[in-house]
Amino acid sequence: MSKAVELKQGQNQLFTDPDADRAREFFRHKSRAMTNKVTTVEETVKTLIKDGDYIAIGGFGANRIPTAIIHEIVRQGKKHLGFAGHTSTHDFQVLVAGECFDRLDIAYIIGLEARGLSPAARKYIESGKVKLTEWTNATLSWRLKAAAMGLSFLPARNIMGTDTFKYSAAKEIICPFTGQKYVAHPALYPDFAAIHVHECDVYGNAHVYGASVSDQDLAKASKRVVLTTEKIISTEKIRQNPEGTFIPFWCVDAVIEVPYGSYPGNMPYEYFSDEEHLREWLKVEKDETEYKKFIEKQIYGTKNFYEYLELNGGIEKIMKLRAIELLTDRQ
Amino acid sequence: MADYNPMELMICVAARNLEDGATVVVGTGAPCAAAMLSQKTHSPNLCIMFEAGGVAPILPSMPISVGDSRTFHRAIMASSMPDIMETCQRGMVDYTFLGGAQIDMYGNINSTMIGDNHAKPKVHFHGSGGANDLASLCWRTMMMTIQDAKRFTDKINYITSPGYLQGGNSRYEAGLPKGSGPYRIITNMSIMGFEEESKRMKVLSINPGYSRKDVQDNCGFELLWADKITDTDPPHDNELRILREEVDPQRYIIGR
Repeated sequence: MSKAVELKQGQNQLFTDPDADRAREFFRHKSRAMTNKVTTVEETVKTLIKDGDYIAIGGFGANRIPTAIIHEIVRQGKKHLGFAGHTSTHDFQVLVAGECFDRLDIAYIIGLEARGLSPAARKYIESGKVKLTEWTNATLSWRLKAAAMGLSFLPARNIMGTDTFKYSAAKEIICPFTGQKYVAHPALYPDFAAIHVHECDVYGNAHVYGASVSDQDLAKASKRVVLTTEKIISTEKIRQNPEGTFIPFWCVDAVIEVPYGSYPGNMPYEYFSDEEHLREWLKVEKDETEYKKFIEKQIYGTKNFYEYLELNGGIEKIMKLRAIELLTDRQ
Repeated sequence: MADYNPMELMICVAARNLEDGATVVVGTGAPCAAAMLSQKTHSPNLCIMFEAGGVAPILPSMPISVGDSRTFHRAIMASSMPDIMETCQRGMVDYTFLGGAQIDMYGNINSTMIGDNHAKPKVHFHGSGGANDLASLCWRTMMMTIQDAKRFTDKINYITSPGYLQGGNSRYEAGLPKGSGPYRIITNMSIMGFEEESKRMKVLSINPGYSRKDVQDNCGFELLWADKITDTDPPHDNELRILREEVDPQRYIIGR
């Protein structure tokens, strides 16, 4: 490159440390033991998340989400969290109810896709109480991938020239081989991640079916990882099909069996999302009093995920959502 | 002539732009309907992809989320977000569709915020999601939208997703992949492309029932005009039948 190129950088804050050596030092001391990691939701949220941590949620907003953990974060009143808003929809909406986070990496927030925007989430973001840094879905995926690879950044070809770049914390770089301008996305090593899976053994060896979003990289990139699982299976079932292992045990710190645990979200091949309940969330958010009552009843007033599920129709509701998922309601 | 609403017209026109054997990343709603209609009319081998990882599903119905079970129902592959985005970055994805609150004459799109203070936005929308990525990395970006002078603006508050940025070569100088960019803007009034040199929005055809004046009056910047402006071919009976009976029988999209 003979021609000087002006390299720009995003002006907003980088909430997490992308340093690969410091990450290695953490992972050096992370347990590799194949020990039984089965625990409870309450204990996990109490011991694996501190106020101020940076957290990420697996799945895709209202698809394959670890609802029990998200609710418990609100119930235990965790505060000042950083959050990876990586197509976060219903998960985001729940965390907003507890005002749990005050800094936010934005890719997709506030909306619930085709269902519309969440008034409460919108109000929280527009209040100015939350520090915002812009990214995109691919960018957050690649930031997690950079961390999963043990690097401090990955180059990419998106976001340059836009305000999304301007309000990010990315930087432009030049390819040393071709002279091509790239954007460097800093590695994202979350302190904590919760991922809901179809099945795993007591050590955290997990199977996931359907679109995997960014969850393999998320499990590798995060310092502490909890899996909630539809069911616990024997390790023999993992060993019979080693190419099917989606997340290996060494990534995982805690395992909790939570059947129907993605409710009210969709769980591929198991049950569809509860659209009626999600519509109710969006509706009550329009009225401050109704919203308060609703959150009190649904989250603070329930002891755990099972009480919440029961409150909204329990197994009978799940059977209906199963029929929708399997398309047997049309036959 | 068949009776149809603006949404039906936009979906039918969009569907015609997706040729057999092409790849397209779509979101929920109208883009998904256009891709499904295209498959059922002239492009049976159109490969529909969703950003959360679904590739070439046989869609039993319209998805609610781009990551829900429908997006990989009987699919060729249930992959991942990085895999889909890397496929775009590698140059394997021909088309995508975007929406937004504002669009400017270079096809830059705002789906993030209204106001001038990013730290305390006047109105905040859902943000980029995958929109910036798809606009950056797919070959051709299309948009379906109702046209009005507020939405089509020369004072875009925020560029979420890149069009041709400041026009000319600026998109490629910024580092975005060569040869990629906005392709068609399909509105209730007209079909627009982009002028080759300046990269400004250019009217190609006008929809039935609208005039040249309507099209310009409902746009907040000065439009360029193709040498020969044609009349948009309205939806055909078979397109409308398939759209109404097979693609969106519940009228989730076309009933809007």
